[in-house]
Amino acid sequence: MSAIPMGYALGLAAILFALGLVGVLVRRNIIFVLASIEVMLNAAGLAFLAAGARWGRADGQVMFVFILAVAAAEVSVGLAIALKCRRHLGTLDIDAISKLKD
Amino acid sequence: MMVAFWIAGGVAVAATGMVITRKNAMHALLYLVVSFLALAVVFYVLGAPLIAALEVIIYAGAIMVLFLFALMLLGLSTRHERQERAWMRPQGWVLPGLLTAVLLAELIYVMASGGPGAAPGAAPGPLEVKDVGMSLFGPYLLGVELASILLLAGLVAAHRLTREDPEDELQ
Repeated sequence: MSAIPMGYALGLAAILFALGLVGVLVRRNIIFVLASIEVMLNAAGLAFLAAGARWGRADGQVMFVFILAVAAAEVSVGLAIALKCRRHLGTLDIDAISKLKD
Repeated sequence: MMVAFWIAGGVAVAATGMVITRKNAMHALLYLVVSFLALAVVFYVLGAPLIAALEVIIYAGAIMVLFLFALMLLGLSTRHERQERAWMRPQGWVLPGLLTAVLLAELIYVMASGGPGAAPGAAPGPLEVKDVGMSLFGPYLLGVELASILLLAGLVAAHRLTREDPEDELQ
């Protein structure tokens, strides 16, 4: 059993999630936005893991495995879109991807 | 164990802060690897060695290598770094940073004041990797199948999006 109180781990997860959120809100480069989303997914996984360790259940670790799969699928599609965006629009500016609007 | 948690957590927060403030994407990704490795230490201290190994192998290994390959395919140069500098004006940081800080303070306040009470029942024994495997392929078997479908969909989407046939251009 871990000796770390759940509150500390959840606080760390909250700080990391907030940092990732700032990155998503502030950066305009699509690569940085994807990296910030990875940070937020990781923070969510840390919260699951802390709760799972607190109650001594394996469910938290199972959820982290699922988050891992979601992150892998998300990043592969996101990077493919980034390559496509660069090839067609010549920029990585996430504000330039607004063709769906027209 | 507590010391390891504080040091690894501090390194993770500092590295993540560097990630969202760097102008060079390559530097940011290397800091992201440091952040993931520090988080792996946190996971280990929390009593999840399997997840710590997965964090190193899949996050810091596979996903970051995918990022680095994409970055090399994009071929970023100093021109992009200048553009990045132009995008990152300080006034763009103030409002999102402020709002997120308010959210963070609220989150930590809620956790500190109204968190869950005492653990139900006696403290269970340490979690073995076997328990995770039994749970993953027992009650969560449907989730595993759904994750495999999701990964297949990601594979197909990535292949379709990066294909270079001229007649397939979106227009």
